[in-house]
Amino acid sequence: MELDSLYQQVILDHYKRPLHKGLSKNSGVQVHHINPSCGDEVTVKVSVNDGVVAEVTWDGVGCSISQASVSMMSDLVTGLGIKEANVILDEFTALMQSKGTSAGDPEILDDAVAFAGVSKYPARIKCALLGWMAFKDASVQAQAQ
Amino acid sequence: MSNSSSPLDTAVIRRDFPIFTRTVRDGKKLVYLDSGATSQKPESVISAEANFYRMHNAAVHRGAHQLAEEATEAYEGARESVAKFLRATVDEIIFTKSATESLNLLAYAFSSGDSLNRFQIKRGDRIVVTEMEHHANLIPWQQLAKRTGAELVWFEVTPEGRLDLSKISELINSDTRIVALTHQSNVLGTINPLEQIVARAHEVGAVVVLDACQSAPHKAIDVEKLGVDFLTFSGHKALGPTGIGVLWGRSELLEDLPPFLFGGSMIENVSMLDATWAPSPRRFEAGVPNMAQAVGLASALEYLTNVGLEKISAHELLLTEQLLAGLANIEEAKVFGPESTVDRGGTVSFTVGAIHPHDLGQYLDSQGIAVRTGHHCAWPLTRKFGITATTRASFYLYNDASEVDALLAGIAGAQEYFKDK
Repeated sequence: MELDSLYQQVILDHYKRPLHKGLSKNSGVQVHHINPSCGDEVTVKVSVNDGVVAEVTWDGVGCSISQASVSMMSDLVTGLGIKEANVILDEFTALMQSKGTSAGDPEILDDAVAFAGVSKYPARIKCALLGWMAFKDASVQAQAQ
Repeated sequence: MSNSSSPLDTAVIRRDFPIFTRTVRDGKKLVYLDSGATSQKPESVISAEANFYRMHNAAVHRGAHQLAEEATEAYEGARESVAKFLRATVDEIIFTKSATESLNLLAYAFSSGDSLNRFQIKRGDRIVVTEMEHHANLIPWQQLAKRTGAELVWFEVTPEGRLDLSKISELINSDTRIVALTHQSNVLGTINPLEQIVARAHEVGAVVVLDACQSAPHKAIDVEKLGVDFLTFSGHKALGPTGIGVLWGRSELLEDLPPFLFGGSMIENVSMLDATWAPSPRRFEAGVPNMAQAVGLASALEYLTNVGLEKISAHELLLTEQLLAGLANIEEAKVFGPESTVDRGGTVSFTVGAIHPHDLGQYLDSQGIAVRTGHHCAWPLTRKFGITATTRASFYLYNDASEVDALLAGIAGAQEYFKDK
């Protein structure tokens, strides 16, 4: 069914068994982002060492799309240079704004291409971007330190 | 299951609403259960609004020509219709652009006049609201309190979704100037007990502001019987157009209430350094008003009156009863709000197990069923219940028993869909 394009198995897997969930005790920049239209919340903590994303942990409450997205994001960017992480972030943002016309580049996005179906549902794009925007916010702050 | 005892013939009513001729999500029948957010519009309302533009369009209350006369007559006729609908007098009806604007108008009027303004809120005064208010009837008062140094306090909500009145005398004390509350919760469906609250408020000299957005479209309102001092509702939730709201106030209060928006039409006399105000309701209607929308609203209220508000309430209660019974049979379902239909309207909020309301709403949408998910602009209330969101179904005169069945089947489908994934 059409709905399956939204709820890809890999998305539901991340929702049920999220990665990097639980905020780290290590030092880092912590931000709290809210989707005011639905009340979903995510806290993301990022530590950056020598231009490399050393650790991303998070906690939150929300729908499968928002929670799976932050889980996948945290796994994708950990260990990458900030520049590489930003390339993924930009590609993911572009995918979300594609209105269903893009399948996403798996070379860049890896499993996150599963979110391509979200771009056909305008009300859910903010859900998918919630964790990514929090990462962007935290990583910019971390670099400024 | 169907409710043969319903006083409404929904099949006939639905024919008046053009939107029900379309389908959604690849040919599915539209099951619209989101009237608490906004109602659908009958053809008569759409025509009335369009016809104003086609045949009578001119700025009201000005212009020495026939169209201006016709426009004024249509607009003032709409005011009479609203007055009749609320059992009020015509000078007590103020048109705003929305209920939100109505409530902001009051909150600003209570702090914008000179010091002789008897409504002026000041430090030491108290404003009482409830924990179940829509943001539109919370934030204007919260900000009024911040502007003036007044104190904001509130009635709490019990686990059953009723107002906790046990501390009414302490909450509404002698410092209290305003008591603002909703007639019917847009989340829980709870209809609040006004009599006791109004009596206590008036005992201490406070005014009662009633948000009737969720009640006026569904049940007969008589402002005298309610005993409140101000009441507001929005047109678009009552089959009317967007861009039109109503504020009713007792004439002896409106007489002294300072204006909120300044400009054309609301003046009596103007010099370069000063101005005086027209009497109510024009004092509160600065600028060229939303005329076509007022005319559309009058047509909507006429439609509701012709069907009969008593019948509409009775019909919605049957659907509510059916949904509550159906949800009670779903082990994972939890209802937020009264589980009986006593003092309750046709709005039901619920969660289903671990399925996030957004995901449930998305599944229902794939079946053609339109519901609302989220905090429903009552964030403090959902937080009180320790949740981030609920799914909400809200009924109106065009819904029928088969749509409640469709919703219940949709919930079962969502449980199945998300079960093994």
